[in-house]
Amino acid sequence: MKNTPNNRGGARLGAGRKAGEPTTVIRVPANQAQPIRDFLAVHTKKRLQTARDNVAEIVEPALDTEPVSLPLYTTKVSAGFPSPADDHVEKRLNPSEYLVDNTSQTFFVRVKGDSMIDAGVFEDDVLVIDRSRVPQVGDIVLAMLDGEFTVKTLGKGKGGARLIPANKRYPVIEIKSEQSFEIWGVVTGSMRKFK
Amino acid sequence: MTPRVIALVDVNNFYVSCERVFNPKLHGRPVVVLSNNDGCVISRSQEAKALGIAMAQPWFQLREIAEQYGVIAHSSNYALYADMSNRVMALLNDFARDQEIYSIDECFLDLTGMRGKQLLAHARRIRHSIRQWTGLPVCVGIGPTKTLAKLANQIAKQDIARGGVCDMNAMSDEERKACFSHMPASSVWGVGRRLAEKLDRLGIRTVNDLRNADAAMLNRRFSVTLEKTVRELNGIPCMEFEDTTAPRQQILTSRSFGHYVTDKHELREAVTQYITRAAEKLRRQASLANTLHLYIRTSPHNPDGKHRCPGITLPLQQATDDTFTLIRAGLYGLDHIYAPGYSYQKAGVVLGNLEPRTMAQGNLFAARDKRRERLMEAIDTINSRMGRATIRSAAEGYTQVWKMRAANKSKSYTTCWDGILVVNA
Repeated sequence: MKNTPNNRGGARLGAGRKAGEPTTVIRVPANQAQPIRDFLAVHTKKRLQTARDNVAEIVEPALDTEPVSLPLYTTKVSAGFPSPADDHVEKRLNPSEYLVDNTSQTFFVRVKGDSMIDAGVFEDDVLVIDRSRVPQVGDIVLAMLDGEFTVKTLGKGKGGARLIPANKRYPVIEIKSEQSFEIWGVVTGSMRKFK
Repeated sequence: MTPRVIALVDVNNFYVSCERVFNPKLHGRPVVVLSNNDGCVISRSQEAKALGIAMAQPWFQLREIAEQYGVIAHSSNYALYADMSNRVMALLNDFARDQEIYSIDECFLDLTGMRGKQLLAHARRIRHSIRQWTGLPVCVGIGPTKTLAKLANQIAKQDIARGGVCDMNAMSDEERKACFSHMPASSVWGVGRRLAEKLDRLGIRTVNDLRNADAAMLNRRFSVTLEKTVRELNGIPCMEFEDTTAPRQQILTSRSFGHYVTDKHELREAVTQYITRAAEKLRRQASLANTLHLYIRTSPHNPDGKHRCPGITLPLQQATDDTFTLIRAGLYGLDHIYAPGYSYQKAGVVLGNLEPRTMAQGNLFAARDKRRERLMEAIDTINSRMGRATIRSAAEGYTQVWKMRAANKSKSYTTCWDGILVVNA
């Protein structure tokens, strides 16, 4: 009867021969006929599921794309033998590789102030600090003096060490024995953005 | 068989020490680090310990002492701690033929083959180098078994005269006996307060008592683990680097593969599986994880000699129990530590820095992809078992509570360009 809604039959999504597609008849051994039909049924079902997933993406609010905090440099931590694949691949240039020799011992700090401008260290520069280097006289170092950080050139004074600025407006700092003094690391490079 | 030489290296007061590296003004002051959610003490400087501040003590209880003695409290900065941990572990790896990372600030090193003055010099070099390269102070305890190495580490900490290093192998029997008879049985790895009380009733009070106890009897009365502990105290190794045990308050899922795995895809599948299982355990105990540690190992007995055991600790941007977030983190970590051309024998996942779940972290929105669908179904099933209210309360109260905490969190000195130290030139 026409009035009752008919849930049965009707076109099924993706079923049937696609219009215009050429068909071919195949002969199979009689005892293989049912397994092949079963396989085709499952295969078609799988194809249908994939087709459904492509339909209408649901709009969602943006999630944080990264669940973790990324380390500041993207160079992989080298842990032992180099990979044989590395030799065959020309990788894009990576600033980290240029500036960072020892990832586990390298840190970055930002500069505030102008006491080292004559040495090319300017406000807002990011300095690369390598804690694996043994500080030598003449090195630019990040030092801790009485609990304060300071960037200066390491020098040798009468009584001990001295911290030398690279700007005529600043005095040389002679380290006295009663002061707490430690070199945090050697400045091996810097990064600066103009724009 | 060559006697084993095992070292346990750990960072002193790890979280506080990390903060001090970037803030020298904290040196010599009483400093504590507080957990995210509850504001309980999870790390103390020596000065804070001297004031009587206990581990896990709630911060609100300490406000008076804090004001009176100038105690500085920092909120936990897992991004910083995880990164510093990764540095320390990567550097320590080069000092030994094998390494097993035990927690965020401890690892075992296999130094078999070294002994005497050479061994002591090596241990001192480890201490000096880590201090130089990362600013973190470590102690080194050495013994023929893991349990004794842990004990030696404690002795190194307690006795400042030893310079942060203690080699049990170098001690005479009398010296060892003297040390052990002054340490309570609860000092031993794996013996908690409750077990110590039960042992006390059996007349086992000191480490020495435990060492001399009848191992087989203890197995019958308690567990095979305790028997192993007793044997290890007597210098018989029972816990290999391959048998990882999870420290308390962490969830470990690991397995040795039935065959050597070289393919990254297979490792990805294994890691995904382990994380899923670990996350289930996490939700069952109503906890959230702040860090995920992933490691993969080749066999140290490999005939071709190529052995590596990299690990990485990943800080999660917020405490979570969401399988999908954890899997993303884990696979990101795998990308960093995987190297082709090695035969991996084992992988493991540790969910650490747990905190109780006061609000549920339901993943309300998720992109439709088949794997996620199945995960969401799993999560939904669990949520339905725990009551619909679980999801509702997350939407209601989540933001508010979370924003109140982390009041005094230090900057992300090593993981965020906006957070790096600003220094005067």
